[in-house]
Parts: sequence; structure tokens; C-alpha cells
Amino acid sequence: MSLDGEPLERECDRLCLQAIFLSFFKVGAFTFGGGYAMLPVIENELVERRRWMNRKEFVDCLAIAQSGPGAIAVNTAIFTGYRMLGLTGALAATLGVVLPSFLIILGLAVTLNTVGTPPIVEQFFQGIRPAVVALIASAAHKLGRVVLLDRQCHIVAGLSLALTLLGVHPALIIVTAAVGGVLQARYYGWQVRRR
Amino acid sequence: MITAGTLWQLFATFLMIGMFSYGGGYVMIPLIQREIVLNHGWLTPEKFMDVIGVAEITPGPVSINSATFVGYSVGGVPGAVAATAGVVLPSLLVISILSYFASRFTGSPEMAGLFYNVRPVVVALIAGATLVVAQTALIDWRSASIAALVFLTLQIKQISPILVLLLAGLMGIVLF
Repeated sequence: MSLDGEPLERECDRLCLQAIFLSFFKVGAFTFGGGYAMLPVIENELVERRRWMNRKEFVDCLAIAQSGPGAIAVNTAIFTGYRMLGLTGALAATLGVVLPSFLIILGLAVTLNTVGTPPIVEQFFQGIRPAVVALIASAAHKLGRVVLLDRQCHIVAGLSLALTLLGVHPALIIVTAAVGGVLQARYYGWQVRRR
Repeated sequence: MITAGTLWQLFATFLMIGMFSYGGGYVMIPLIQREIVLNHGWLTPEKFMDVIGVAEITPGPVSINSATFVGYSVGGVPGAVAATAGVVLPSLLVISILSYFASRFTGSPEMAGLFYNVRPVVVALIAGATLVVAQTALIDWRSASIAALVFLTLQIKQISPILVLLLAGLMGIVLF
């Protein structure tokens, strides 16, 4: 069941720990950069391929991931793993997402002292960086379509965008919106539209 | 050979770093620098810069990679394990707790209201971050055209991001 009580489009299968681990291993292996760079990879893996959550759930997952300390990528793994198989699931997901870089760094560290970075690697990454921007923009666009349902949503989004560009801390904006949402639901007895 | 005492210190230091890294992974980097270079003197500033450089190009989140590599530089494989475990533990606890409460209150109108209001915020934050990153990433016509090409292609067809990154990297080799 999704976090706000709406039934998921597809119910999750009975998952083994292995599937969680493998999916997040894949995510960890193909995420380059920090911040939201992992967003398109995670969305593709969890929403499109595995169908463990729908887009709305994914956005909720990001909200919680942003509200905790540390890397968003790791937090998304923890949240997803926990939701599916409790603390064990969280551990499996975390291990999965952290292991690829762990192994690669250990492998690299051995060679790093002797060899610098060949120019072709730098060129490769110069191609990747703008692609990452486009991937994130595209993912945001897809999520926006699912999330911006009415005027209030647009206003909240616009306000948040302005605030974050002005340098307000993201967690602060999220918490304020969260409190606002709870108060609105409680005091205006207001029902979420079922979509 | 690294001592058990140093390993514990490494673990505890990164535990603290992990606790205070609010606002995304990049926040962690100045924290690591303060503790590892200034406080404990485990790395020189130059070596630290090298570490961050490697962390940026290896797969995985930058912050975690930095922790892992710093841990390795200070104490080999045990050091890498101690640093990574330490930095990840606070997230594990906090997110698990948040997830537990989120599940407990599933279906309540307050929870529905909460997420209904928060979802647009999340999308806006992503859009904001993208705008900021675009300013530094799309610096010339080559980057801009790669970005435009990728974006337009994705509008038409859903392609695995992994494939996209691979092709974009190859384009980078060709263009740059």
C-alpha cells in the first residue's frame, strides 16, 4: 500500500533479500556523481523494471530520503529496503548500494599511486556530465506530471523552487510543507483526491 | 599497520560526520576535510583533494566514496570498512525510524495531507538542483547539445539510463 493509503497500481511480489540487494547493487554501480545523479537510475530500476513502487511512492520516498542525514542515494535504498523487508531489507539495500563503489575504490587505490588519469577517461566524463543533467531533468518532468495535480500543487512547487534557489535548506522546506499538509488535512477535514 | 584504536577513532569520526551531513551528500565533504585533515591530520590537504577527485569519478554517491577512500588511505581495508560503516549508520537509523512511522500512519488523512503537500516540494527541489548543476555542467555548445539530445530522446522513448550514460560518454570521447 502506498504511503497515503492509495492502492498501488501493482502489488509488490514476495521479494527475497537477494532481489533487493541486486537491484541496489546495480544502482550503486551505475550512479555517477552526487546529489540527484542516482535519481534516473533508481527510478528506472524500482518503478519501471521491478515495479516495486509507482511514481507517487517514489516521490514520497525521496521526501523521506531528503529528511534524513547523509547521501540521498543511500537513504532511498534504506527506505525502500525497510519498506519491503524491515531492517533486514534496509541492510541488504544499503550493502548493495555501497558495495560497488567500495570494491572499485579498493581496486583503484592499488593502481592510483602509479598511474594518473588518462585523458580519454576525462573525455568520457565530460560527455556524461551533461547527460546526467538531462536525465535528471527528464525524470523531474515525469514525476512532475504525476504530482502537480492542481493549483495548490503548482503554487507549492513554485514557492519551493524560489526558496531553494534563494538558498533555503531543503529539509526546512520539506518539513514546513509537511506540517502545512498535516494541519490542512486536520483542520479543513480535507480529502485527498483519488487518482 | 593500523591500530585498533585508530580504527575506532575512524569509525567514531565518520559516525559523527554522517550524523551532521544534512542536506545531501556534498555537505559531507567539508565536514570530512575538517575532521580528517585539520583535526586528526590523517591526510594532507593535497592527498585529500586527490581522494575527492577519485570519489567523483567512481560510481556511487560522492559522499560515501569519499568516506570509503579516506578510510582506505588512513587504514587500508579495515579503515575503509570502519569509515563506510560509520558514515552510513546514522542514515540507517534515522531513515528506518522515519519509514516505520510513515508505515504506521499509512492511510490517515494527516499522512495523506502531508505527502500531498510535500510531493510538489520534492519535484521543485529536483528542478532547482538541476538548474544549479546545469549552470556549471552545460558550459559549451558540446555539453549543451549532448544534454539537449538526451532530453529530447528521452521524451520520445524510455531508455535505460545506464545505456544513455554509456552512449553519452562515447559522445564525449568523440566531441572533446
